[in-house]
Amino acid sequence: MSTVISLSDARLGDRGVITRVKPGGTDAHAAELERRLLELGLIEGARVQLLHNGLFGRDPMALQVDDMRVALRRHEAANLTVELFAEAAE
Amino acid sequence: MDALVRPLRVALVGNPNSGKTALFNALTGAHQKVANYAGVTVERKEGRVQARSGRSIALLDLPGTYSLRARSPDEEVTRDAVLGRLQGEVAPDVIVAVADATNLRLVLRLILELKAVGRPMVLALNMFDIAERQGLRIDLERLSASLGVPVITTTATRKRGIPELVSAIEAAAAPAWSESSEGQWTAPDAAAIRAAHGRAERIMRDCVRPPERPDTLTGRIDGVLLHPVGGLVILLALLFVMFQAVFAWATPAMDGIEAVFGIVGAGVASVVPDTGPVWPLVQSLIVDGLIAGVGGVLVFLPQIVILFAFIILLEDLGYMARAAFLMDRIMGGAGLHGRAFIPLLSSFACAIPGVMAARVIDAKRDRLTTIMVAPLMTCSARIPVYTLIIAAFIPQQTVWGFANLQGLVMFGLYAAGIVSALAVSFVIRKVLWRGAVEPFMMELPAYKRPDARNVLFNLWTRARIFMERAARIILPLMILVWAASTFPYPPEGASGPAIDYSFAGMAGQALEPLFAPIGFNWQMVVALIPGMAAREVAVAALGTVYAIADAESAGSLLATTLAAQWSLATGLAFLAWYVFAPQCVATLGVVKRELNSWKWMWVMVVYMFALAYLAAFVTYRVAVALGGG
Repeated sequence: MSTVISLSDARLGDRGVITRVKPGGTDAHAAELERRLLELGLIEGARVQLLHNGLFGRDPMALQVDDMRVALRRHEAANLTVELFAEAAE
Repeated sequence: MDALVRPLRVALVGNPNSGKTALFNALTGAHQKVANYAGVTVERKEGRVQARSGRSIALLDLPGTYSLRARSPDEEVTRDAVLGRLQGEVAPDVIVAVADATNLRLVLRLILELKAVGRPMVLALNMFDIAERQGLRIDLERLSASLGVPVITTTATRKRGIPELVSAIEAAAAPAWSESSEGQWTAPDAAAIRAAHGRAERIMRDCVRPPERPDTLTGRIDGVLLHPVGGLVILLALLFVMFQAVFAWATPAMDGIEAVFGIVGAGVASVVPDTGPVWPLVQSLIVDGLIAGVGGVLVFLPQIVILFAFIILLEDLGYMARAAFLMDRIMGGAGLHGRAFIPLLSSFACAIPGVMAARVIDAKRDRLTTIMVAPLMTCSARIPVYTLIIAAFIPQQTVWGFANLQGLVMFGLYAAGIVSALAVSFVIRKVLWRGAVEPFMMELPAYKRPDARNVLFNLWTRARIFMERAARIILPLMILVWAASTFPYPPEGASGPAIDYSFAGMAGQALEPLFAPIGFNWQMVVALIPGMAAREVAVAALGTVYAIADAESAGSLLATTLAAQWSLATGLAFLAWYVFAPQCVATLGVVKRELNSWKWMWVMVVYMFALAYLAAFVTYRVAVALGGG
């Protein structure tokens, strides 16, 4: 059994696989954001884990993305969908 | 034939944090030249290395990037240099892709993108020692075959693999390379990026076996340093230690420099005769103008070196990205990007590298905001002004049982700079951008032990740039100040001090009414005029003004003179003025170049002078009302 959430709703320690990278909207801004996320390795199939949260509003978030670490604001993380690993598998 | 004679042109391209600059230093050693690209202000770092065959290789260190699809001015330079589109530059004969061997995924995609450019390429797998230590297995032959480029393993910090890399560069350069051919590269769309990433992923799977002993240290350190509360406390403690160091550790060196210049000045004064119509003038020019001028600037070198030592160490360690992470929300509240932390921190040494470091901010608006507030950070040129005034007016005493009052005032001045920078950026965001927010995303690199030689090398580069600036800008201005406060001579039988009759005196007296409401006397106004060149010049200028104006005090300390001549309110108003006033032509010049706009430079001049006048006015009036007049 698996749960699909928006990365912006992730909680500390959550692990999963990115299933969708799609910024809302169809304007140039959304297209640019999508490419930037991809170039930083935030891409479908990448394994992510939420490592740390910032102090205020749990923002920004520090993620493990495959074998590197990336800092991201929750505002941008809302464009990513993650399928969480089942707890039992952990 | 020509191709054999002219140096081989090579460009280093790679992700940020790939050790690219360390590799550049290892390749070229001291044979480096730092300049700017024509038309843009991105630093152009070129170095030379001699191949065994005797052929000379000209290496270009390009700003780190994840993609040729440029967003910031830095990345644009990388793209245009690689494609040979840069004005006054020719496309490189060979591209050297520099990769962190322990972090290949993203750079493999970049390499696939670079391949589209069609230039010969060599892949340098840098930090290979760390990869070996982690037990990371990379099938080099297979990697080379999959990518279609030769692969060389390097450890820049230990100069391993350097001769092999040079040979590979030479071998890769096709002799019949056509000069005019342009790259086939076009900006990839999201689908193309996904496809390239998929290919990179397959190459990773085929050629790289995951490390047997993965880096768990970074995770453990982050557990402490990125802790929501603990991390911020550590960051603040680190900043506190840094400023303590700047003040405490630099003092002996600064005293030494002052003493040396004092001895040299006295020596010259005893050698040059002071009789006749010309000799006293020559002696005055050398001792008061040249030696005092150079000494007055070089005296900050220890502080600048210590501050940069911290910044370079933290950067090489990988901590700066963490600091940006911790500060993002705090600065975000004021409308600043987390990445603005690094430029603003550099601005504590000098606003010029700070404004230039703002290039790492890819969001245009965030970059503009950062540049506009960077000069509010207390740069080291303000330190001598602050130290002088504090020594003159703030008693050396302990408050609350542990804090030094003078240190506390200094801390307050720094805090005033930071708070006003946050306030101004908040206003800029609300008024100009109507609250729009740019994305914040950045890699948090693995922690690495800084390499001593590399740190020292970068430190030396910073110190050299500062000294060159001192020689080129500040020294001529010091001579100008000396001349302006020496000529014309007072008329025969004049009773007042000689400077009353000089050009500087006239200008100071003419502007005095404007500054009277904030408690400034004309000597201060005189000092502010050359102080436009650079803040610290004002100290030397005050020395000149008062040393000439009052022969009695020539031998005593400037601080004692000021304490006698100014009221407490005036001293405090002067401090308040210095928190805000854009007293640095060089910074304004850099701002103009970086933003490519006169308008924004004038906006900065006006808003900073307005704040300075307002702050000095309020400080003066309040201090007078409280009995400090």
